[in-house]
Amino acid sequence: MTITEKILARHAGKSRVDPGENIWVDVDVLMTHDVCGPGTIGIFKREFGEAAEVWDRERVVIIPDHYIFTQDKFAKRNIQILRDFAKEQKLPHYFDVGTERYKGVCHVALAEEGFTRSGEVLFGTDSHTCTAGAFGLFATGIGNTDAAFVLGTGRLWVKVPATMRFILEEELPSYVMAKDVILKIIGDLGVDGATYRAVEFVGEGVRSMNMEERMTLCNMVIEAGGKNGIIAPDQTTIDFVESRSKQPFEIVESDAGSEYFSSTVYKSRDFEPLVAKPYSPDHVEPAHKLGDILLDQCYIGSCTGGKRTDLVAAATVLNGKLVKVRTVIVPATRQVEQALSREKIGGQSLRKIFLDAGAEIGPPSCAACLGGPEDTFGRLRGSEVCLSTTNRNFPGRMGSPHSRVFLASPLTVAASSLTGRITDPREFLA
Amino acid sequence: MEDIIRGWVYVLGDNVDTDQIIPACYLVYNLDDPEERKMYGAFALSGVPREKAGLPGGQIPFVNKDEHQSDFSIVVAGRNFGCGSSREHAPVALQMAGIKVVTATSYARIFYRNAVDGGFLIPYESCVDLSQEMGTNDLLEVDVRLNRVRNITQGKVYSLKSLGEVAEILNAGGIFGYAREHGMLR
Repeated sequence: MTITEKILARHAGKSRVDPGENIWVDVDVLMTHDVCGPGTIGIFKREFGEAAEVWDRERVVIIPDHYIFTQDKFAKRNIQILRDFAKEQKLPHYFDVGTERYKGVCHVALAEEGFTRSGEVLFGTDSHTCTAGAFGLFATGIGNTDAAFVLGTGRLWVKVPATMRFILEEELPSYVMAKDVILKIIGDLGVDGATYRAVEFVGEGVRSMNMEERMTLCNMVIEAGGKNGIIAPDQTTIDFVESRSKQPFEIVESDAGSEYFSSTVYKSRDFEPLVAKPYSPDHVEPAHKLGDILLDQCYIGSCTGGKRTDLVAAATVLNGKLVKVRTVIVPATRQVEQALSREKIGGQSLRKIFLDAGAEIGPPSCAACLGGPEDTFGRLRGSEVCLSTTNRNFPGRMGSPHSRVFLASPLTVAASSLTGRITDPREFLA
Repeated sequence: MEDIIRGWVYVLGDNVDTDQIIPACYLVYNLDDPEERKMYGAFALSGVPREKAGLPGGQIPFVNKDEHQSDFSIVVAGRNFGCGSSREHAPVALQMAGIKVVTATSYARIFYRNAVDGGFLIPYESCVDLSQEMGTNDLLEVDVRLNRVRNITQGKVYSLKSLGEVAEILNAGGIFGYAREHGMLR
């Protein structure tokens, strides 16, 4: 069995499962946030009763992150619904807005807080929940109804996905980031090329990535329709999880001789800085061929592009230079925000490098990645053109329905901010 | 689940993502408040680019200004319908606007699952790409017992793929009804 099949089998109390089979699994962690949490809570109360208690308060994690720094009264009301529910249910893992406990983007915060434990089953009311598969667990996005079901029962039905395996045979060159790798794979697969499938990444190209880069890979499997992304744990994974979680966890790997839906090999020469053009993440072209695309904004943030590694990469390019277009930086979480002051390149903090370059830094949240309320930091207006480290470029995704969003790695977005047009980062890397 | 669904069809293309079905700025409305829930009907499909809104010609509003119900009760789309965000607000928005059935050649899995587990609408897979076969405002009749759709305007009949095991969940009104019928919940 593959790692995905083994984890699902164990959580269904079975010795074996096969792709296509419908099974009921026990859930280890349920995550929700301010956009889907209120609806989930409403269905939970409707179905289980006003006095119902969640199945296991240690396993429920609520991380408000989407619409945080806004004056929108409905958005504020929704956070109050989460706050009231967390208090009523005595939930230990609620990370309230406006307090020291506030985190930021849920997928990054889940990892930082030790909720992404290898071998487990994690559901979240967000399609990018698949990010957590980087830690060798089964993680996927669900809707409010399914989440309410889990909240009351701790169980959910799952169709076992067949696994598509991607073998990255060699370590990547320094100018290629995980975002370029996953854009290449999405471009090759198409936006529905992995629908109903698990996507497993193996090989030296993955082993040589740190956990944040692996998270970026798994984050975007949903952009090819994948159910979950997954990477078997190694020492890098174990070190990360052990330093953040006191709970025991299980190392699960695919058996030799596992059956795969497909296996695809990539060499390092297959990769180069890529850009996904509007309005689809599979609309991929090399950055160096898009130099005539003029930009109004460069956006560096989100679960795929606002982690510590992403901002270090961006700062490496921006160090000592000036941006030519509006450039906004949104650290994914408070921890990443704190790293801006702590991390240094050539004696300068990342924060100073960004501010000296003329970039603006916003508070940690999902911010303009998905548009959001009118007053959201970095939200696009009119027919603006934006190059962004985020994961989606659908029509209207970052706000204005007339805007155009191109997707790229933090290196490519940073290089482009210096020229005002889409630019291959190799132009600025020694 | 109704056996026969008759109504006007709204035709869409491929890869209609959930940001197009309900743009993120409207997700602030409370799904549990009956008045706020109506807003999901009002803004359903409001993110579809105008040239693709109501094929083949586009430029057809799905919901008229200041209304929260659509004149259409069936959506016909191409492949990968409902891709992107996991927001359950998407099938809710279509349901609140009055959509009872969607047919598409394929679905993104979270949208499909949300539609079924919440019992919001019937997500049929079509055998051929019906979005190429018909136009917005055609009158259709979907027969759920026969897995068939008749285009009354054009006088043509098309078969739909059987709903398979999800028919049982849809008939129970969603995953909660299904679980109760099977003794998994009290």
